[in-house]
Amino acid sequence: MNANASGCMENDERIHLVIDIVAKHKNSKGALIPILHEVQGLYGYLPVEAQEIIAKEMNVPISEVFGVISFYSFFSLNPKGKHRVSICMGTACYVKGSGPILDKLKETLEIGVGETTADGEFTLEDCRCLGACGLAPVLTINGKVFGRLTKDDIPVIIEGCKTEDGGIVQ
Amino acid sequence: MITVTINNKVCQAEVDQTILQVATDNGIHIPTLCHMDGIHDSFSCRICVVEVVGARTLIPACAGKVADGMVVNTATESVLSARRNIVNLLLSNGEHNCLSCEKSGECSLQSIAYELGIEAPPFIMESIEKPTVDNSSVMIVRDNRKCILCRRCVTACNDIVCNDVLSLGFRGSDTTVICDNNIDMGASSCVQCGQCVQACPVGALTDKKSIGKARSWEVTKVRTTCPYCGVGCQLNLHMKGDKIVKVTGVEDAYPNKGRLCVKGRYGYDFIYSPERLTSPLIKENGKFREASWDEALDLVANKFKEIIATDGPDAVGGISCARSINEDSYQMQKLFRAAFKSPNIDHCARVCHAPTVAGLIKSFGTGGMTNSIEEFAETNCLFVIGSNMTEAHPIASTFVKNGQRNGAKLIVVDPRKAKLADYADEFAQIKVGSDVAFLNGLMNVLITEDLYDKDFVRDHCDNFEALKEKVLEYPPKRASEISGVSEEQIISIARMMADNKPGMAIYTLGITEHTCGTNNVMSVANLQMLLGNVGKPNAGVNPLRGQNNVQGACDMGALPNVYHGYQSVTDPAAKAKFEKAWNVEGLPDKLGLMIPDMFEKLETKEMKAIYIFGENVVGTEPDISHVIKCLEAAEFVVCNDIFQTETTQYADVVLPAAAWSEDEGTFTNCERRISRVRKVKEAPGIAKPNWWIFREIAKRFGQTWAADSGQELWDNEIAPLAPFFAGATFDKLDQGGIQWPCSTPEDPGTQILHLDGNFTHGKGHLMALDWTPPAEVPDADYPFTLSTGRRLYHYHTRTQTGRCEGLNELLPEEYADISEVDAKRLGIEHGEMIIVKSRRGTVKVKAQVSERIPEGLVWMAMHYFENNANWLTTRSGDTITKTPEYKACAVAIEKIQ
Repeated sequence: MNANASGCMENDERIHLVIDIVAKHKNSKGALIPILHEVQGLYGYLPVEAQEIIAKEMNVPISEVFGVISFYSFFSLNPKGKHRVSICMGTACYVKGSGPILDKLKETLEIGVGETTADGEFTLEDCRCLGACGLAPVLTINGKVFGRLTKDDIPVIIEGCKTEDGGIVQ
Repeated sequence: MITVTINNKVCQAEVDQTILQVATDNGIHIPTLCHMDGIHDSFSCRICVVEVVGARTLIPACAGKVADGMVVNTATESVLSARRNIVNLLLSNGEHNCLSCEKSGECSLQSIAYELGIEAPPFIMESIEKPTVDNSSVMIVRDNRKCILCRRCVTACNDIVCNDVLSLGFRGSDTTVICDNNIDMGASSCVQCGQCVQACPVGALTDKKSIGKARSWEVTKVRTTCPYCGVGCQLNLHMKGDKIVKVTGVEDAYPNKGRLCVKGRYGYDFIYSPERLTSPLIKENGKFREASWDEALDLVANKFKEIIATDGPDAVGGISCARSINEDSYQMQKLFRAAFKSPNIDHCARVCHAPTVAGLIKSFGTGGMTNSIEEFAETNCLFVIGSNMTEAHPIASTFVKNGQRNGAKLIVVDPRKAKLADYADEFAQIKVGSDVAFLNGLMNVLITEDLYDKDFVRDHCDNFEALKEKVLEYPPKRASEISGVSEEQIISIARMMADNKPGMAIYTLGITEHTCGTNNVMSVANLQMLLGNVGKPNAGVNPLRGQNNVQGACDMGALPNVYHGYQSVTDPAAKAKFEKAWNVEGLPDKLGLMIPDMFEKLETKEMKAIYIFGENVVGTEPDISHVIKCLEAAEFVVCNDIFQTETTQYADVVLPAAAWSEDEGTFTNCERRISRVRKVKEAPGIAKPNWWIFREIAKRFGQTWAADSGQELWDNEIAPLAPFFAGATFDKLDQGGIQWPCSTPEDPGTQILHLDGNFTHGKGHLMALDWTPPAEVPDADYPFTLSTGRRLYHYHTRTQTGRCEGLNELLPEEYADISEVDAKRLGIEHGEMIIVKSRRGTVKVKAQVSERIPEGLVWMAMHYFENNANWLTTRSGDTITKTPEYKACAVAIEKIQ
């Protein structure tokens, strides 16, 4: 799934954008985190090639860049799917059975938490309370909320995403 | 001074000392894990906590500063309880299995657990990601199950050797030490120096070559000097019986302060190779047969006598060895001068730093590095020209990187974007062989902008007007046209050097291995004198010498113009002095032949016999085909060596010698530091020390030489007969290295030459020098410039490193580095075999396409014989010292169809 991002990197105009982002922040103190923020905005994650460019342009060891990326859960080392499925494991949802729903999601998508399907369509994540406890158990797909879920809803929701107008707002 | 009470003991202390320092000074033990003396700033482990009376909490002794009247207790119940907690937490995470651990017996965690009476952790903490073993590196095993995250390895990698590979990644209980962006160490940018292993307090990092070889308590440590480059690092050999099982750097020893590179740390096992020469060999009908010492030595002596009797002493020549100890080189030049009465003695400084010796003697009066490696870390400006330091002198480069990070400006000048350029404030990509023009350009700016040190020049230098007139012919525009460095950069570098003083100039063979090598050296000296950067700390002209003892071989008089201690052979007083001391008459009083002349005279049959001691000339001299032709033309060739080499194949007699670690003696490093080399095992078979071999030949010339050991040679002849070394006795050297000049027993040696501008020959001599191009420049038939050098993982022709486990794996073959532009134009892929040819030879070699190489340049080394760069290089030499122009000749490259 990386092939697209890395293979064409040399011709990828995003390289120049990364260089521009670094140049913009480079001379301010603690520049690395804002740079990583913006670059992740560009790619949706932080590919190895982008890490290398950031390290080179900032003249810092790549181990330091990776150290920061891996420290903060906000930064991602892997590409995200078109649909980010996020299941709430907060207390209310958990009590209302989000555990078995997560299992069903894993089974349906054939991936684990934090992983992305081979076709690049879905990424499965877990999260803490979304503030929609009244609808527990809850999941979101690209920000759209699905509540009062049962296991049987899962295949329907996933299938819905695959149709062109699956009702999923990007 | 203030007073502190620790465990009821009243201690005197300085104000800015830590509790840990004061306790250690007073023999009070406080355990530490993460602490590294002098460079520590993380205070992460907290095992060193102590109770300070009146303080609200326990204080880490490594960070807490002492105060007058402070009362400290290091072993109260609250302290011990806190330490128990820390150790239990460390033990509960990972797998700390001591049974087969290499570190057992010297592991800090094991010791602290023992002190606290902890047997096994009372609880277990599971990490989400199980720590694993990374066995991917050739030299280092990372067992993350034993890691206690003290960060010492990260500090060693980033702050000591500045290789910037290791860091901490992830967080919480998943925190782990990572290489680059969390890839296996073997695939990472790690250069396998092993500094992290030396820093690891537990068994998380181990030297792969040492695993299973010895328990820590079975080992004795012997201090010695590294057998590779001219930095002269101090090593501890960890001995079990007569086997070296591990090597570590000697902490607090000069010059390396505990640091080692991959060759120094892991390149020790060649001495145990089954290929070692064990018996004298005599060639009969084209084949070697074993012989007794008497038979071989009689043959050598008789043959030399015969040739000297018929053709005179000029018909024999000798090449001494810059790898072996001082005492051996001294003895060989004595053999040639006192026994053979031949002036023809030289050694491989001829092919590297002879221009340094000649140039610096002319400029300053003394032909050695003026300052010391430790000063690289302290200076304000580092001007590095023509030096591939990170590969050829890795430990010297760590001090340069330290200096840059301590705030010095780093200027790197080189045709290739060598690794050190990545750390530079200014990198000037100069055209091969344009150094004098570039340096004159810098001096032009210093003079026209009035930035030079007028007081220093007036008081301590002569010939300024001539220099000024000459450099005014090189305004930045002209210097830029010749050197390819922009006018703006020439101006900004000159200003940077003037603004950041004192500064140190550092150079290597990029300066010397040119037809204008001596001029290049003197030009660097000009620049530093103009800046007033000579004769003071953190300044000077600092050539990095090639071999471990090439400084020493020069010092010992293995040169055609001087006795040891640079006493001229043409000086009647020196001749008389040595005739008396050696009890001989008729020492040759003319200059002898330099190596290139010896080869030419072998070819023309004017010279009949050559004695080659420990040098693989067939691989290291330029134009290999020519060297072979000359050796084939010789009537008689003798080699002392430890292995068969490409050169010994042409010998009539090969004499097996004791290697490094098989004899007692001394090496002298590039900063003039004489250091002890110690014996830890016997030579194999009936191999003998080289000085013994030379003495036995002298005996057959009717001379009885008394000295019977390295120490007797040094103390009874070398030191008393040369003022430079007179005060450096063997006993004194046993306490640690001494930098010459050291003239009296009280003299501690000389860290800085020409102190306060008092040059050896009065005033420093400024030289008006013109730029001259290389002898062979690219043309239509040979459109590329070939420049040569060394790579990190091998030393020269691999006689030693090729027989060390792992090093061949790290660099398995030769490459020709070419630019991306040329590769694209010629359709050459990275890793493809290509042909490189010059007017002298042709090699097939793998292309390494590199962004570090400029268009039009091919860069090669001489580590593998079949595609050694020296099949291609030119014999054109420096006009003064005849040092060959290894850095420039014309070649063509072709794709293999």
